[in-house]
Amino acid sequence: MGEMKVNEKEIVVPGETLAEGMDYLPSYGTHRAGDKILASRLGLVSVEGKVIKLVPLSGVYQPKRGDTIIGQVVEILLSGWRISTNSAYPAVLNMKDATSEFIARGADLSKYIAIGDYVIAQIINVTSQKLVDLTMKGPGLRKLKGGRIINVNANKVPRIIGKQGSMVSMIKDYTACRILVGQNGIVWIQGDDPNKELLAVETIKKIEREAHFVGLTDRIKNFLDANKAGITKLS
Amino acid sequence: MTYDKRFDGRKFDETRHMEAKAGVIKRAAGSGWFKIGNTEAYAAVYGPREMYPRFLQNPEKGVLRCHYNMMPFSSAGDRVRPGPSRRSKEISMVTERALRPVVDLSEYPNAVVDVFIELPQTDAGTRCAGICAASIALADAGISMSDLVCSISAGKVEDTMLLDLTYEEDSHEMGVDIPMAMLHNSKQISLLQMDGELPPEDLKRAIELVKKGCDQIYEVQKQALKNRFNETKD
Amino acid sequence: MYEELRNEIISLLSKQARLDGRKPEEYREVKIETGVSRNAEGSAKVKIGDTEVIAGVKMEIMKPYPDSPDDGSMMINVELYPMSSPEFESGPPDIYSIELARITDRGIRESKTLDTKQLCITPGEKVWMVVVDVCTLNDSGNLFDAIALAAEAAMEDAVFPTVENDKIDYKHKTDKKLPMRKKPITITVYKYGNNLLVDPTYEEEKVYDARLTVSVLENGNICSLQKGGDAAINTEDVFKMIDLAKAKSKEIRKLF
Repeated sequence: MGEMKVNEKEIVVPGETLAEGMDYLPSYGTHRAGDKILASRLGLVSVEGKVIKLVPLSGVYQPKRGDTIIGQVVEILLSGWRISTNSAYPAVLNMKDATSEFIARGADLSKYIAIGDYVIAQIINVTSQKLVDLTMKGPGLRKLKGGRIINVNANKVPRIIGKQGSMVSMIKDYTACRILVGQNGIVWIQGDDPNKELLAVETIKKIEREAHFVGLTDRIKNFLDANKAGITKLS
Repeated sequence: MTYDKRFDGRKFDETRHMEAKAGVIKRAAGSGWFKIGNTEAYAAVYGPREMYPRFLQNPEKGVLRCHYNMMPFSSAGDRVRPGPSRRSKEISMVTERALRPVVDLSEYPNAVVDVFIELPQTDAGTRCAGICAASIALADAGISMSDLVCSISAGKVEDTMLLDLTYEEDSHEMGVDIPMAMLHNSKQISLLQMDGELPPEDLKRAIELVKKGCDQIYEVQKQALKNRFNETKD
Repeated sequence: MYEELRNEIISLLSKQARLDGRKPEEYREVKIETGVSRNAEGSAKVKIGDTEVIAGVKMEIMKPYPDSPDDGSMMINVELYPMSSPEFESGPPDIYSIELARITDRGIRESKTLDTKQLCITPGEKVWMVVVDVCTLNDSGNLFDAIALAAEAAMEDAVFPTVENDKIDYKHKTDKKLPMRKKPITITVYKYGNNLLVDPTYEEEKVYDARLTVSVLENGNICSLQKGGDAAINTEDVFKMIDLAKAKSKEIRKLF
C-alpha cells in the first residue's frame, strides 16, 4: 500500500520524501526514485486524487505565451523596442505590434516609447530558445505613465489578483489606487494620496508574504479595515 | 600514537554545532547561511538571468556558476588578500561540480545561475560549509533540484578516523583531510578531495562517517528552508 | 532611464513623504553588533534597514614610512561583493568601491580618532599597521554611512594580538584595545530638485542629483567632505546639507 509522508499544503524541500509505494503519481515539481516520490524543488504540497504536485513558493519568472506582463524598455531597436521582463529573457516589442498608428521608416521611436518607460503588454510568442515577442494591441495594453513600480514574487501573482480579480479589486476599493499586476511580478500602482498608495504597497507585500496561509482573504480584509485611512510607514 | 581525545572534546563521529538560515540576503533571488563550529558561510543566488559574456552561454541549458571567497579578515593567520587566488578558483570549480548533479537548468537555455559564497569567519571545512549554504540558497531561489547537497569533511589524525575536522586537527602534522559532498537521498558523492597519506581501506570508514554527518546536515538545511516560510510578520 | 522614478520621488518629497513611507529626514533602524568574526582582531556587523555590511580588522607589523618614523598606519578597503546586489560584478575594485573606501579612510584619518603614535613599536623600525576591510552582504541603499559606521565599530572592537620574537601570534590576543579617541560619524545627505533626504534606499540612490558625505565630530566640527552626483550645488545647499548631517550624526552617535 502506498502512503503519503507529508500533508496537503505542507512546505517541502528538494529531496524530501513525499510518498512511498507505487500508488501515487509524481507530477510537477516531484520525481520518482525507486518506490518513493521525492520533491524536486521547494514548494507547497498539493494532492489531487493520486497525483502529487508542488506549488512553487519562489523562483524567477519564466515567460509564457499569453501572459500579460509589465516590462521596462531597455533598448531601442531598428524596428521596435527591447523590453526587460523581470526574467532571464528580454522581449522584443515590434513597431507593428506596438501601435496601429503609422510610423514612418527611420522615425525616432523614442518619441513613442522611450528608454526607461514601462509598458503593459502581452506575450504572443516564446521560442524554444526563449526569444520572446510582445504585443500592445489589446484591451488595457499600453505605455504606463507616472505611478510607482514594485517587484513581487511572480509565483504569488495569482493570489494578489485573486479569483476573478477579487483580491486586487478589494485593494483598489480600499485605497482608491489604480493597480496593474503583471504576471511577471511587476506591479504598477498610482494613487493621489501617498498614505493610501503605501497601504496598497503594503497590502500587496503582505499577500506576497502570507499567500500560503489559510484564510488569506479575511486576513487581508482585516488589514485593510484596520488601516482604512492609509498608512504612513512600512512595517 | 593515538589521538584518543579530540581537542574540543567531541566524539570522533560528532559534528560541530550547526546552524542555518534561508533568505538572509534580501536582494538575491535566494540565499542561505550555514554555520558549523566557527566556520560560517553565506551564499546568495542570482538568476536564472542573462549571461554575459555571451560566448559563455549554452543554448541547451542554463549554466551554474559558483564563486567562492574568504573575507580578508576571516582567516586564523594573516589577512587574506582580496581578489581571486588559485585556491579560491579551484574551490569555486569543485563547488560547481558538487552542486551540478542535482540542479536542473534545462528550462533556461542561454541563462546563468550565479552562486556567490562568502566566508566571514573560518575554522577549516570552508568549502563544505559553502556548499551547504549554496544548496540552501539554490532551493530558496526556487531552482529545480532533485535533492539537496550536504557536505562535510572526514579525516584522520594519527590513527583515529574523525568527522568534521577543525583547523587544529586539519593542520596536525599527522592529519588527513577528506572533504566530501553527498546527494542526500542516494548518498552519491559529488565532491571528493583529500590531502595527507591514507591506506585506501580507511576511506571506507571516512565515507561512512560522512554519510552520517550528511543526514544531520540535511535536517538542518530542511529546517532552515521551512522556517523561512513559516515565519510571518503580523 | 529612471525619469519616472525621479519624478515620483520628487513629488513625494514635496509632500514630505517617501516611497517606503519615511519622512525625508528619517533614518531606518540601525543595528551594530561587534565581535562577529573571531579570527579578526576586531569586527562588526552594521545593519541599516535591510542594508548589511561586515567589517574586520587585521593587524600587521611594518616598517614605518621614512617621513613619519614613529607613526603607525592604517588602511581601509571596501569590497562590494556581487552577493549583495545584482548590480555588482566580480572583478577588481571599481571606482565606486574605491570612493567608498577613500571617504571612510579620510573621515577616520582626519578625525585623528586613531592615535598613530601609540602604534609605534620601535621608532624607524617597526610600527603597527591597522587594516580594515569592509565587505557588503546586502545593498539596500546607503552604503556610504553603513561602511563608515562598520569600520569604526570594528576598530573600536579591536585588540592587539600578542607578539613573540617579533612575530605576530594571531591565535592569542591581548586585551589591549586600539588607541581610539573622538569618533567621527559619517552621514550622507542626498538632494533631489530642491529637496534633501538621508539614508536612501537603493531605488532612491538611482536618481539623486547631488550628494554630500559629511564626517561630523562630537564637538560639531566636520572632518571630511565629499560631494558627489552630476548636479552642482550652491553655498546655501552645502550648509543645509551639513546642518542635516550634524543633526543626524547626534542620533547615530547615541548607538555607540
